[in-house]
Amino acid sequence: MKITLFIPCFIDQYYPGAGIGMVRILEKLGHAVEYPESQTCCGQPAFNSGYWDEARSVAETMLDAFRDAEVVVGVSGSCGAMLKVFYPELFHGHPREAEAKALAAKTHEFSSFLVNVLGVGDLGVSYPAKATFHDGCHGLREMGIKREPRELLKHVRGLELVEMKEAETCCGFGGTFSVKFPEISTAMGEVKCASILETGAELVISNDSSCLMQIQGILDRQGKKIRSMHLAEVLANF
Amino acid sequence: MGTESIQFHRDADRLTHDLRHRGLIQKALGGYYVKRDEQKAKYTDWQEARTSAAAAKYEAVNHLDKYLLELTEKLEARGTKVFWAADGAEAAEYISSVARNAGVKRIIKSKTMTGEEIHLGPALEKAGLEVVESDLGEFIVQLREEPPYHIVFPSMHLTRGEIDETFQKKLGSPHADTPEELTMIARGVMRQKYCQADMGMSGANFAVAETGHISITENEGNARLSTTLPKVLVSIVGIEKVIPKLEDLAVLLPMLATAGAGQNMTCYNTLLGGPRQPGETDGPTEFHVVLLDNKRTSLLADAEQRDALHCIRCGACLNVCPIFKNIGGHSYGTTYQGPIGSVITPHLRGLQSWKHLSFSSSLCGACHEACPVRIDLHHHLLQNRRNAIAEKSVWWEKPIFAGFAWFMRRPALYRLAAPMLRLGAPVLHAIRGKFFDPARMWTGTRDLPPAPPQSFKEYWRKRNG
Amino acid sequence: MDSREKILRRIREALSVKAPARHLDHGQTGSMGVPPVNGAARSVGDGSLQTGGTPVLPDGCAVAHSPTDWLPPVPENNDGRVSLFEKNSADLKTEVRHCADAAAVASELALLARENGWKSVASHSFEMGNAAVQSLGLPVVRTDREYQTSDLEKCAAGISGCDCLVAQTGGIMVTAASAGGRALSVLPPHHIVIASRSQLVGDLADAFALLRKAHNGVPAFVSFITGPSRTGDIERILVLGAHGPKKLTVLVLEN
Repeated sequence: MKITLFIPCFIDQYYPGAGIGMVRILEKLGHAVEYPESQTCCGQPAFNSGYWDEARSVAETMLDAFRDAEVVVGVSGSCGAMLKVFYPELFHGHPREAEAKALAAKTHEFSSFLVNVLGVGDLGVSYPAKATFHDGCHGLREMGIKREPRELLKHVRGLELVEMKEAETCCGFGGTFSVKFPEISTAMGEVKCASILETGAELVISNDSSCLMQIQGILDRQGKKIRSMHLAEVLANF
Repeated sequence: MGTESIQFHRDADRLTHDLRHRGLIQKALGGYYVKRDEQKAKYTDWQEARTSAAAAKYEAVNHLDKYLLELTEKLEARGTKVFWAADGAEAAEYISSVARNAGVKRIIKSKTMTGEEIHLGPALEKAGLEVVESDLGEFIVQLREEPPYHIVFPSMHLTRGEIDETFQKKLGSPHADTPEELTMIARGVMRQKYCQADMGMSGANFAVAETGHISITENEGNARLSTTLPKVLVSIVGIEKVIPKLEDLAVLLPMLATAGAGQNMTCYNTLLGGPRQPGETDGPTEFHVVLLDNKRTSLLADAEQRDALHCIRCGACLNVCPIFKNIGGHSYGTTYQGPIGSVITPHLRGLQSWKHLSFSSSLCGACHEACPVRIDLHHHLLQNRRNAIAEKSVWWEKPIFAGFAWFMRRPALYRLAAPMLRLGAPVLHAIRGKFFDPARMWTGTRDLPPAPPQSFKEYWRKRNG
Repeated sequence: MDSREKILRRIREALSVKAPARHLDHGQTGSMGVPPVNGAARSVGDGSLQTGGTPVLPDGCAVAHSPTDWLPPVPENNDGRVSLFEKNSADLKTEVRHCADAAAVASELALLARENGWKSVASHSFEMGNAAVQSLGLPVVRTDREYQTSDLEKCAAGISGCDCLVAQTGGIMVTAASAGGRALSVLPPHHIVIASRSQLVGDLADAFALLRKAHNGVPAFVSFITGPSRTGDIERILVLGAHGPKKLTVLVLEN
């Protein structure tokens, strides 16, 4: 299967390791990957801020980039949900609505793609650590991803996964929310970090790097020695 | 920023730093989660039950005229007087006139959020009437001259110590140590009030069109007493409370209890279809139902968000909302707090004044997941944002997003972002959190990750080049 | 134009635009609801994103379901319902006592009177209770005839019948006719319900069906009593007897 990579701007600029991990895993599984270099941002910051015209103009760049793709696999739950769930809404009644719907239909989040489409569970990797998993809200509630990352982590040798209290509670990132309402966002993050610390884990894993930026940013500010990693980086440890 | 927005930012920022408050709310809701999950687990299928409950409300809301007329006709057939009020002022005026005509001096009120919404208590007090809240939580916040903190748990932000202090000061009661003792003090005070009151007032959780009943859900018995003992009864009912059939309650009542308080069924669910009937020995001799619009029809006219009128005011979305849990109910400055309040307040009280509530959300969707009638709450917050900006964009945001869009439409230019970021990173790090740090809204409370040695795009070029 | 006409006009104008289909089918058609991912089963947390609707049999025939089918299950037989009612009652802190016959009802009531030190009670005329109430030998305020609220307020207990007991919820359905008016079951601090085992119904839908059958239309006052009065308004700690009865006892007559 030829897989087209969706690497959101956030991953591209700050967390390329997650994207690189995804490339290595898909290639190890014997798939050809391609990466349309014309992709930039999915437009979510403008969309979430109410600037739908601006968001749509950015999103059109993405419609162009992925026009010929067979399947699109993204490494971020949040940006994936933007393509999969919100593009059809954004383009509702617009000339390119059909294209938006087509892109939504062929877009997958990375862990869900591995488990539900490729039927993969065990990637034959090991990563000795005591870890906890944070469910990014967009992946969890917009795309229904909960079981898939755990299914993949279950098979990682040496990885002890401890569930945190209220794993499904938001970390407080929320895109532009985190800078428009920094006090509320940080308070939410502190609650999340307290749940993480309570597990005694040395590593926080998520399928959303934006959540990890929030979590790691607070943990670092608190001087806590917990690391965070994207799921793809853990699974690419071969 | 409008005054409502300034107040919100100020109060929310203060509460987020109040660790005592955070602990109090976490503890109170911790118990709720356990009970709610226990109850939900008993359902044959909670998700299907949600769909059924939503279907009942959908039917009612989308045929609202028909069901309101049926409700009115059936209520009137048993001697209830039905008054349609376009807004709070009309409702208050009507209720005052009912009180005047019946020579009423004292009113005992059971909990009604619709009454809170139109500030009915103060309006009637201004008309010279004594109005006493009978719900314990409402009574406590009334004594403290505070608005309810939560639509279902009005006093959940207070400790027993604070309530004891309030009772000592306002009721002259002796010091009490336990919730039990404090409750009994209130019970004693209220017993007198029920017997003295000549008018009772209530809200309604549902109104059954088919049979002409209002349905009141409560745990304490205060609504039953308030609607039984005084000679005059007035119930204020939002027009969206109507449901088609009696059987709809067979699903809605248990779900309200489970979602709202983790109960199997709330202690008292009472159907009132008229004043004292021939052959009855007690109950009010006069019963008035006030059907209130107060901008609900504006929300109805927004077809996209019409399902917000499905709301049964269970408070489940507040209980799971991480924003609510950190900023508390009072910060909202609204009658309806939490996600549902953030969705509907702009419709009820003006989009530009209340849009900040829709922006103050991480859009996590926990509210939608918790809603027993499946209101698409977090997506409605997005729609409110879109509508607010379409109506009136923010002067400094517009160029930022226009610039953002311009930049992101140019992949060649975008490619330069990574080296720029690396170049700027040491500078940003040095000034992080300072006044002139462009990222200080982030770095004021959180660290930024270091810029990686290469972007994904650079990795890809190298790999393929 | 009066407000009624004004409101109706606004409603009709508003409803001239149809609500999106997702308000009813919850995302099977709409875009801000999620289309199924790759046809794979969705398994979020409590599965909230799973769309509801009518279950489909393997052969594709839809089964007609009543909305109440999704509620907590209720046994079909009377014994099962009685034990479910008892279990729910225990959770609710409703006391259930079984009485083999009418004489046992009388002796159980007398025992309750002694245990609780009743000085006076309130009641109404109902077949299962009349003899037992009379045999207490206490002053009785009758609420099925003219009475003073202040007299009822002084009574230690209210003894009433009911329309039915609801197994699924542990509830008791009362009407003015079955429970001596609107106040008897809520004003005195202890409410005693005398019911027969055959009055057990499954769920609220059964109770409503009974209500329609037993009365000439649904009466003006109906209440489901599910446990003694309670509040959690102070620190979310349960306290019984907020305003209504602190105690609720159901005497179940076996035959």
